[in-house]
Amino acid sequence: MKIMFILIGCSFILAIGFLVAFIWMVKSGQIDDDYTPSVRILFDDGTLPEKKEF
Amino acid sequence: MIEIKKTKTKTSCYHCGDFCDENEILIAEKSFCCNGCKNVFVLLTDNNLTSYYSIEKTPGKSLKQIIGNKFAYLDDPNIQTKIIDYIDVKIARLQFKIPNIHCSSCIYLLENLYKINEGVVAVRVNFLKKNANIVYDINKISLRQLVELLASIGYEPSFNMSDIDSIKPLNPNRKLLFQIGVAGFCFGNIMLVSFPEYFGLDNTTKHYLSPAFGLINLALSIPTFLYSGQDYLIGAFKGLRKKLITIDVPLALGLVVLFIRNFYEILSHTGLGYCDTLAGLIFFLLIGKWFQQKTYDSLSFERDYKSYFPISVVTIHHDKTTTVAIDKLKIGDRILIRNNEIIPTDSILLKGKANIDFSFVSGENEPIAKELGEIIFAGGKQTSGNIELEVKKLTEQSYLTQLWNNDIFAKENNSKVETFQTKISKYFTFALLAIALSAAVFWAVYDTSKIIHAFTSVLIIACPCALALSSPFALGNAMRNLGRNKFYLKSASVVENIANMNTIVFDKTGTITQSNDSKISFVGDALSEFEKELIFSVTQNSIHPLSKQIAQFLDMNSAIILNNFKEITGKGIEANVAGNNVLVGSASFLNIKEENNSLLNTKIYIKINQENKGCFIINHTYRAGLKHVINNLSHKFSLHLLSGDNELEKTYLQTIFPSQSELLFQQNPSDKLLYINTLQGNQNKVMMIGDGLNDAGALKAANVGISLSEDTASFSPSSDVIMDAINFEYLPAYLQYCKNTMKVIYVSFTLSLLYNLIGLSYAVSGTLSPVIAAILMPISSVTVIGFTSISTYLLARKMK
Repeated sequence: MKIMFILIGCSFILAIGFLVAFIWMVKSGQIDDDYTPSVRILFDDGTLPEKKEF
Repeated sequence: MIEIKKTKTKTSCYHCGDFCDENEILIAEKSFCCNGCKNVFVLLTDNNLTSYYSIEKTPGKSLKQIIGNKFAYLDDPNIQTKIIDYIDVKIARLQFKIPNIHCSSCIYLLENLYKINEGVVAVRVNFLKKNANIVYDINKISLRQLVELLASIGYEPSFNMSDIDSIKPLNPNRKLLFQIGVAGFCFGNIMLVSFPEYFGLDNTTKHYLSPAFGLINLALSIPTFLYSGQDYLIGAFKGLRKKLITIDVPLALGLVVLFIRNFYEILSHTGLGYCDTLAGLIFFLLIGKWFQQKTYDSLSFERDYKSYFPISVVTIHHDKTTTVAIDKLKIGDRILIRNNEIIPTDSILLKGKANIDFSFVSGENEPIAKELGEIIFAGGKQTSGNIELEVKKLTEQSYLTQLWNNDIFAKENNSKVETFQTKISKYFTFALLAIALSAAVFWAVYDTSKIIHAFTSVLIIACPCALALSSPFALGNAMRNLGRNKFYLKSASVVENIANMNTIVFDKTGTITQSNDSKISFVGDALSEFEKELIFSVTQNSIHPLSKQIAQFLDMNSAIILNNFKEITGKGIEANVAGNNVLVGSASFLNIKEENNSLLNTKIYIKINQENKGCFIINHTYRAGLKHVINNLSHKFSLHLLSGDNELEKTYLQTIFPSQSELLFQQNPSDKLLYINTLQGNQNKVMMIGDGLNDAGALKAANVGISLSEDTASFSPSSDVIMDAINFEYLPAYLQYCKNTMKVIYVSFTLSLLYNLIGLSYAVSGTLSPVIAAILMPISSVTVIGFTSISTYLLARKMK
């Protein structure tokens, strides 16, 4: 059952990775604005979009 | 029907959606209401940015106003350094507040600004805060040109004195998020390590896995306790020093006991410890706190007069005009105020025709004409062309801003009202200690080995996590639901304050009335000059507000002497004017069949010599549903009205307000403030509803200040709530919702107490084990969160 310690060690490293990612995300200001990116991603870049006629 | 189709239908502007009048401009088969709108369209088409119009329909704002050299002050290096965040030899970075950001098209256009002007390097919009972060090339475009570019496409940044003076605070939410992150991390890992023990380990593995797991748990609980839970410990400590027992006290007590007991049990190998309960508790509490912390970033609840005034004004010195920041104005300076600009300081009129609209400052309805040499108080808005003034007082010493020297504005208005949670915490803590002690005494008699176990178990299991969660979740939900109805609270705790009110004070102008340009119109055959004179002569003699309005509308120079003037209250006037019989009044009074009776306007019919002439339609300046609102509120609150205006409308208002309400007129800003203080002195909980600067003192002094605004992005005085005027008629429903939310809190509090009883039965009998604690704590929290969320949601649906 000594393998348990290795497994727990692995899971810790993984979890710490997530924690660091979370702190990094908050620090870089990604959660400061949770609306604008959802709109921004829908804009086409550069090319002139075809205007749809209804 | 066919004929109607033939007549030209009103077209709306392709850019802003306003109706196009006779000045309509046609280009590329699209109509525009004004040159400004057309220019934006042409500019965007030239730069391949027409997606602006396909993302949202008519996304623009009307551009009928001309910019001129309004932004000349931005060439002043002193002002520039205040606005620009970062500058080097090539680029500058700054953040603008742009109130006009309102749809997806706005984001699109602003972020593609670099296509219009190559001086713009990058734009990043924060939609919720209505901010734009802009990086620009200082060698290609100046600050002033940048602002003028934005203004020319309809996105004028807003500058005012308070924005420039203040330092932008960092997002305070970040620390809480870090705490949640750490608590969540530890909670998850502790659960992972604790589970094997709960399910049972066989004897061969137990002797070396158990101690190791215990030590891991212990190690994880240290950051949870010391970092994530620190606010509760500090809060409790601060509270106790002020001899206040807040909810933090029983929480901190539970946390400390848990923490110490974990150490003892694990290090002495006597048990598993309650590390998972500790981490879970802190994790849930922080989530609740985060939920309650929602704020409306795009709204400003703390504005003072500084944000009402512009930041600069044009001065004239030896026929030369220069732009000067307002705080640099000196007594004796000659200033130029253009149409629709605000008078920045008390000054004397030197030149031009002054017609000053003081409605926002004093509550008077009509603009006031001023003679040359008269003093004009700061805050009024010039409405008829350019004028020149001589500065008499500095802005911060002017009549209007004096109000801010009142003590009310000096002290932090921390709610001295004891919240339900604090009230309960006191009793809760004492009851908790009493139970813990009696359990200890009981076991001291019967089984001394269980004393410590029972005593600490009580403190652990009764740790009021669910109780501490019920308020944040109920109030936070209520705040969100009200926000969806354009009733924006400064913080979630305002809900509870609103629920405790028993008195409401209304302002008149702008609050229960709305600004409306076309108040009165005449329908019928065109009246001859003589007929107009007849009607003017009659209506001028009556003091009825409607007659006054008609007389003002006709505005004749001469009146004819009347014979036989007879006014019948509530019906109309009959008079003999130069041998003509004139009847002015309601349809029933004149025996006319009324059509299309509307609640939003009043029709005044005219008969001259028994001949039907038509009617005046007077649009009510009162807000829709006022009668209903007042009627509804009068059952639960005592109502008061404070108006800066004259008594002209008193008789009408008396018919709307219940007879016992106080209606006071010609109140200046400090009168209003004093009135609120007097009401509070008589143990009333006062809510003030106002809109203008003249209400600022009263709004601040009141237990709850609601500022009503036609446009929530524009100036509103410092208050607890900003309410969109469109939804004024729902005010009673919103207030009731706040009261119902408190009921939800009471019920969820009872629920959490029931869970506590179950837990306590284990604790006092000395049989509490980590598994039971680990199950009870999350279940009770989830029940409370679920119950409050669902019930506040259902209540909100009822509100509409």
